[in-house]
Amino acid sequence: MLIIESLDKKYPTGDRALKSVSLSVQTGEVIGLIGPSGAGKSSLIRCVNRLIEPSGGSITLNGKNILAMGQHQLRLARREIGMIFQEFALVERLTVMENLLSGRLGYTGFWASWFRRFNQADIARAFELLDRVGLSGMHNKRADELSGGQRQRVGIARALMQSPTLLLVDEPTASLDPKTSRQIMRLIIDLCRERGLAAIINIHDVVLATEYLPRIVGLRAGEIVFDGQSQSVDQTVLSRIYGEEDWTALTRKVQQAASSGAETDSDSDTVADPVRLYQ
Amino acid sequence: MATQHSSMQWQRPPFIKSALLRWALITGSLLYLLVGIGSLDINWVRIMQGGERGLRFVGGFLSPDFVSRGPDILTGFIESLTMTVTSTAAGVLLSIPVAVGAARNLSNQFFYLICRAFIAVSRTLNEIIVAILLVAMFGFGPFAGFLTLTFATIGFMAKLLAEDMEEIQASQLEALKASGATFLQRLDFAVLSQVKPRLVGLSIYRLDINFRESAVIGIVGAGGVGATLNTAMDRYEYDSAAAIILIIIAIVFVAEYLSGIIRRRIQ
Repeated sequence: MLIIESLDKKYPTGDRALKSVSLSVQTGEVIGLIGPSGAGKSSLIRCVNRLIEPSGGSITLNGKNILAMGQHQLRLARREIGMIFQEFALVERLTVMENLLSGRLGYTGFWASWFRRFNQADIARAFELLDRVGLSGMHNKRADELSGGQRQRVGIARALMQSPTLLLVDEPTASLDPKTSRQIMRLIIDLCRERGLAAIINIHDVVLATEYLPRIVGLRAGEIVFDGQSQSVDQTVLSRIYGEEDWTALTRKVQQAASSGAETDSDSDTVADPVRLYQ
Repeated sequence: MATQHSSMQWQRPPFIKSALLRWALITGSLLYLLVGIGSLDINWVRIMQGGERGLRFVGGFLSPDFVSRGPDILTGFIESLTMTVTSTAAGVLLSIPVAVGAARNLSNQFFYLICRAFIAVSRTLNEIIVAILLVAMFGFGPFAGFLTLTFATIGFMAKLLAEDMEEIQASQLEALKASGATFLQRLDFAVLSQVKPRLVGLSIYRLDINFRESAVIGIVGAGGVGATLNTAMDRYEYDSAAAIILIIIAIVFVAEYLSGIIRRRIQ
């Protein structure tokens, strides 16, 4: 459903953030994008909905060429692409409900949104999603009153309000504690599975990525250096993505996580919360 | 090291190192001051008269006369308050699009330059100068005053609001853009929600300023209580003038108090 072909991104400063990146994602497929800081993970997902303008290549979503679109068409295409952010990016001073409904802005006229007169079906959907992400009853709280984990749940619900076919997820757990990280990760995976959504998840926590995500793509200095099953992430692969280092301890955890993830369908916490290894 | 300091005395190093230049500047400035004072043409007789008038004025203050010019004063204040409220409302409304245009993160280079230029002009020209121009264009009366204060309000509000808008969290804008929201919807949800407290605070502050300014620009013919005050002074009716000034002070106090309450509530 998403086909990226030889995508290039060159910043005006001359940095080449992406070098001829090709990647395709099937309907309902969830992939983990890992790589060191500055490898271009964030640039890659922001090129998909053109929050960053790519310098070359092509991106096709559901048969439509994203890069050829004019401003209006692009806005319509963005409605199909939900996005979840590291720092949540909620409208802090508005209520949880307004934040959820802001996911429907692309479908709502200006005056309707100005007076907060949203479609009844949208409101019903918002309550349903709020319930699904575990925040029922919170709809009139202001977003800045919530904890980090709760905010990310609002962020997830907002993205799903768009009824997207693709989710772009940028470091969803980087601002959260280990336990909340696992819960959020599980929530995202479960929702993708329930709704048949494709997703690209940027994540720097390799253990968490391999535990929950069957397919891993490794990015290094703007190039894809690995694309395969999470079970095959080993010392050689990690060295290729992150550079030479003693990866034995991490590899052991990754292998354990990947196999447990595959066996237990990632729904239960059979592995005790591992101590994260941020390399 | 200790050998370098022959004695244990210390003095702050002078601002100007060269002693000659230093003393030349000091004596030069003193001479200039003396010559300047000497060139003032002081009319001691006139000063004594001024003192007398001042005493009469103080007398007027002690017995302010609200009654004999009552209807004029009332009309003046109604005109001033109308001018204040309408010009603040119009100015604030018009300042919002100008502020958006003048915020680097929301605008493009073209609109940015136009809006910044407008703000610069509006802030450079003092209210009195604008009022003189507009009175010449539209004649005496509160309409010229309304236009003057609106013009000044736009410059004031737009500059401060634009600065606030430039400091909003960009991530909220990005998130709404990613969801397919239009530009106006992004302004409503991401920008307005973040600058609203400041928008309200500044508007109330500007209401305050506009009331005080409305009294001043009346003197050059732009209507309001300033005109009444000017007439009273011209006729040496210090007791009526004192009444006007006392009412102005009272209104400013009340406005200050109320705006304090409102601002505390929105924070």
